[in-house]
Amino acid sequence: MKVLAIDTSNHPMSVALVEDDQLLATTTLNMVRNHSIYLMPTIDRLFNLVKWQPADIDRIVVAQGPGSYTGIRIAVTTAKVLADTLNVELVGVSSLEVVARNVLPTTTAIIVPFFDARRGNVFAGAYQWKDGQLVNRIEDQHLGMATLLDQLAAVDQPVVLVGHLTKRIEDQFESLPDNVTLAPRAYGIPSTYQLALAGENRPAVKEIDPFVPHYLRITEAEANWQKLHPGETRQNYVREV
Amino acid sequence: MAERTLILAFETSCDETSVAVIENGTKILSNVVATQIDSHQRFGGVVPEVASRHHIEWITRCIDQALDEAQVDYDDIAAVAITYGPGLVGSLLVGVTAAKVIAWAHHLPLIPVNHMAGHLYAARYVGEFKYPQMALLVSGGHTELVYMPKEHEYEIIGETRDDAAGEAYDKIGRVLGVNYPAGKTIDQWAAQGEDTFHFPRAMEKEANYDFSFSGLKSAFINTVHNADQRGETLNKYDLAASFQQSVVDVLAEKTMRALDRYPVKQLILAGGVAANQGLRKRLDHDMAKYHPEVSMLQAPLKLCGDNAAMIGAAGYVNYRHGDRAGMDLNAVPGLMFKRMEVE
Repeated sequence: MKVLAIDTSNHPMSVALVEDDQLLATTTLNMVRNHSIYLMPTIDRLFNLVKWQPADIDRIVVAQGPGSYTGIRIAVTTAKVLADTLNVELVGVSSLEVVARNVLPTTTAIIVPFFDARRGNVFAGAYQWKDGQLVNRIEDQHLGMATLLDQLAAVDQPVVLVGHLTKRIEDQFESLPDNVTLAPRAYGIPSTYQLALAGENRPAVKEIDPFVPHYLRITEAEANWQKLHPGETRQNYVREV
Repeated sequence: MAERTLILAFETSCDETSVAVIENGTKILSNVVATQIDSHQRFGGVVPEVASRHHIEWITRCIDQALDEAQVDYDDIAAVAITYGPGLVGSLLVGVTAAKVIAWAHHLPLIPVNHMAGHLYAARYVGEFKYPQMALLVSGGHTELVYMPKEHEYEIIGETRDDAAGEAYDKIGRVLGVNYPAGKTIDQWAAQGEDTFHFPRAMEKEANYDFSFSGLKSAFINTVHNADQRGETLNKYDLAASFQQSVVDVLAEKTMRALDRYPVKQLILAGGVAANQGLRKRLDHDMAKYHPEVSMLQAPLKLCGDNAAMIGAAGYVNYRHGDRAGMDLNAVPGLMFKRMEVE
């Protein structure tokens, strides 16, 4: 199976081409957050290197969020339009899970990947290796860094945090709880090889049209509107004219 | 059989997701438009993050439906055209990303299109273009006079210094309790009222081709608020008629003066506000009276708002002129035609 894996959820951008579990080519950029400029040229270059045609791929695996709204939209738009137009399989994987997979499967600790979500908040989830499988323990969510650490302090197990500790997040706490350690920074860089492997054996989405990023937050405008108009939210606000 | 060149065109610059298939820049084989108006009406205007989220929900449906309705396949398509600016960056990015993917996946050339050139080319579905040409482009985000010495060359000779005309309609609409987009209702009310308030005509007599609508907007809002404080209710039809008369006077007079200064063969009226009946009638009248030697094309009503058919028409011209974008094409929210300094 030929797999294209894409992750542009945060500052790093990563693309991998994987065939039958083998990594053929990958590129990760971590210079500037302008994934719109670099993503397609990177995909094009990797396809040329391995001599694939676009139509050769069987499956696209994309980091579906959470993360930067613009970032996850670029990866998901690319993945869903490509899957739709080439009629190939599409799989979405949590962007947090991709980072959690950087931690060795022999680790028994709870693995907590996190991304800066601004204003002292993070996107975070909890994962754990069990019999060689990475299992989700607490689903991905948006919460304050201080709240997250309070919750982790109450866990009666070792916890390893994986992610880039920005100044903004570091300002939210004095010190980490005793049972919590921070993985070295390299572990926070997503690997699209890991992403491809994670998505290789999962069921593909049945319908591509409704496939959207996992933002984990509704927009502020909608949250305010819902407060003023309880129970009025409709299923669909877009119509053809 | 004459060769046919099909363009697959994308437009996502604001709150419409649209994909079209256009033959030879003049024939619409399909033009799918998914509008988000119902969503943004909740907020009284377009919320950029909400708009971007809707675009991604609709993009593949629009692509597939446009091809279906046109009864064509990718093998029939010559090029992919895409609006890359001006507009909302998050909205533009969904279309730019999608268009790049389609072009890459099917080895098709990618044609970048300026959204304002797209608006102008909505008029191409009415008749042939003649040069030199002048265009009055009026929409929710833009108000500009564009001079085209020949095909594929655009020079701004005048533009708004503050609010766009359509923006002013939405803002005064809010004061009258008319939801966004307010233009159509105000236009209908205006037809039933009289210009009794004589709002200011900004920069009308100045020796340039620029516009300003914020003074008019403030005068309007002050008039309504002062009446409110006195416990009076003003006639909404007369208010609408007075506002619209001021807007139309300024647009029409500046356009006539631009035509005095720049002899052209044709005037184009396009953009969302080009659907305004008051403006269309006034230009019909003024052109017959002052510039009978200049022909006029008004964009068809159903193509005044944002749509991909107009992008396909403009994209076809760019295609013939050799415009090509690479896979590194990015959204340019502030994209503008060059400004020509006029004396």
